[in-house]
Amino acid sequence: MFDIDLWREIFQSINMNRTRSLLSGFTVAFAILLFTILFGIANGLQNTFAEAFIDDANNSISINSGRTTKANKGLQAGRQIQFKNEDLDYIKEDFGDKVEFITAKIYKNIQASFRGEQNIYDVIAVHPDHQYLEKTQIKEGRYINQNDLNNKTKTVVIGKLVEEDLYLKTRALGKYLNLGGIQFKVIGVFTDDGGDNEERKIYIPISTAQYLYGNNDYIDQISLTYNPQMDYDQALAFSTLLTKKMKNRFSVARSDQRAIRVRNMAEGTKAVSQMTVGLTFIILIIGFGTLIAGIVGVSNIMIFIVKERTKEIGIRKALGASPKSIVSIILLESILITAIAGYIGLLLGVGVLEIVKPYLVDYFIKDPGVSNSLVIGATLTLIIAGAIAGYLPAKKASQIKPIIALRND
Amino acid sequence: MLNIHQLHKSYPIGDSSLHVLKGIDLNVEEGEMVAIMGSSGSGKSTLLNIIGMLDEADSGEYILDNLPIKDLTEKKAAVYRNKFLGFIFQSFNLINYKNALENVALPLYYQGIKRKERLEMAMFHLGKVGLANWAKHLPKELSGGQKQRVAIARALAANPKLLLADEPTGALDTKTSHDIMAFIQQLNDEGKTILMVTHEEDIANMCKRIVRLKDGVIMEDVNVEQVRAAQYV
Repeated sequence: MFDIDLWREIFQSINMNRTRSLLSGFTVAFAILLFTILFGIANGLQNTFAEAFIDDANNSISINSGRTTKANKGLQAGRQIQFKNEDLDYIKEDFGDKVEFITAKIYKNIQASFRGEQNIYDVIAVHPDHQYLEKTQIKEGRYINQNDLNNKTKTVVIGKLVEEDLYLKTRALGKYLNLGGIQFKVIGVFTDDGGDNEERKIYIPISTAQYLYGNNDYIDQISLTYNPQMDYDQALAFSTLLTKKMKNRFSVARSDQRAIRVRNMAEGTKAVSQMTVGLTFIILIIGFGTLIAGIVGVSNIMIFIVKERTKEIGIRKALGASPKSIVSIILLESILITAIAGYIGLLLGVGVLEIVKPYLVDYFIKDPGVSNSLVIGATLTLIIAGAIAGYLPAKKASQIKPIIALRND
Repeated sequence: MLNIHQLHKSYPIGDSSLHVLKGIDLNVEEGEMVAIMGSSGSGKSTLLNIIGMLDEADSGEYILDNLPIKDLTEKKAAVYRNKFLGFIFQSFNLINYKNALENVALPLYYQGIKRKERLEMAMFHLGKVGLANWAKHLPKELSGGQKQRVAIARALAANPKLLLADEPTGALDTKTSHDIMAFIQQLNDEGKTILMVTHEEDIANMCKRIVRLKDGVIMEDVNVEQVRAAQYV
């Protein structure tokens, strides 16, 4: 039910009292402005943290080996622990479904060259699963597969920047790459969200690396992801059990922190996500506090308006205005002022965020902004806020007795 | 038209109460023009407020055009005021940010009449009080007499059964007062029933009947020879 006359009355009243309408609008606009900026910054912080963990799967666990620091079961301290293929198979068999992806890794630094161009790169020998662990995105060609492992093929998957460095403007796919004097065929080029460092890596099949560099079955590191359906506590229990079993397998003392090191990303992720939630919560509280202050401001001014308009309301009542029509005039005026002013505040806030966006990256705030759902939510909140702000004054207005309002003094 | 029987009204003052109206009996026929007179504190304004449904009596009967006025809710009172009564105040009580035409149209707005129609009706009434050329002017741009005419046009706009005037000439100089009274008399000539509170003898004498109140009771209720205001204009 849209009553154009009612709105005409309201616009007239707002228009005739510009100063006080502006004044009451200002509080709300300012409150929403602050709220939007705070909320945008909270979002920006969240984005930064989310990005920090986007590179690798955040349910990943890595296992490294080192020298024992304690004697155990008749074995001396200072013994070097060396993982082999059988250790990877052991984890696969023992944990079964709990492991999602698993790969062994061998790290090498090798000089790579193609025609006149050469450079030293991180060469990592991996299993096919590594693609999912690192979230490597294949741009061209394919990743290492089981067939490469079985046949110990001399194939490489190179990062986009390696292609740019060595192949200049040409395509690397299908061409050969000289890795420390051995020719490898480029079967794929990848990109990675992790940035430049990640895209300067070269992956080769693990079996090929073991055959070429030592003809053994040694492994430098084992990386795996656990079943993503596990919750935080289950994930912790999983890595604890994994640590225990690996220590047993290599007769390492339980208290030995160096010989076998298991790092669970879940611990870090959880701490950070809790911090982000906490931060967002604080910012929301501050934002809502400001909003409430704004509402109280409007309410205050509306009460003043009602006082100022007592006589007018009395006249209207004497002429036959029902209490309902008085309530709707005050209430709608309050809602209108709040909604318009709030919307201006929202737009200003978004504008300010847009302007300062580039300068905030240094402070770990990336892409601060407000979502559409927040804008809709804020609009609804504003209308409700306006109604709350206008309710008491409107009620007061409807109770004005014309006989008192019309007294001749 | 208007029947009042044994009307009582008292106001609480601290612990005691002030008995303002002590059993008023008053009958007004259609087409009458009645002046209610009395010194301040006599209860004349209270009586007018009760008749105007701005206030409610403690006890007694009030029948307006065969309709008993009792148990008024705010909403009901608003509807009755709008339909049956037109008010003219001493201080005009125009809404200062609305122009003359909009002021006159206001009671029609509360009757739910469409904008175009009510503005036409308001224009007609403004024309009747001779202010058609001032329709777009705000109250502050009008003289006292003009303001009161706008107020009269507004009171007439809803075509009320009864016009209630509370010291309609109280804020005007003598010449303008006579002007306004001449106009009110003209309305009465056309058949409007008018009830007016005043404390000025000469204004009261321009009515057809004078009811004198003292200390909450009617002392005197006489028909008088109407003095035509037009002769002074």
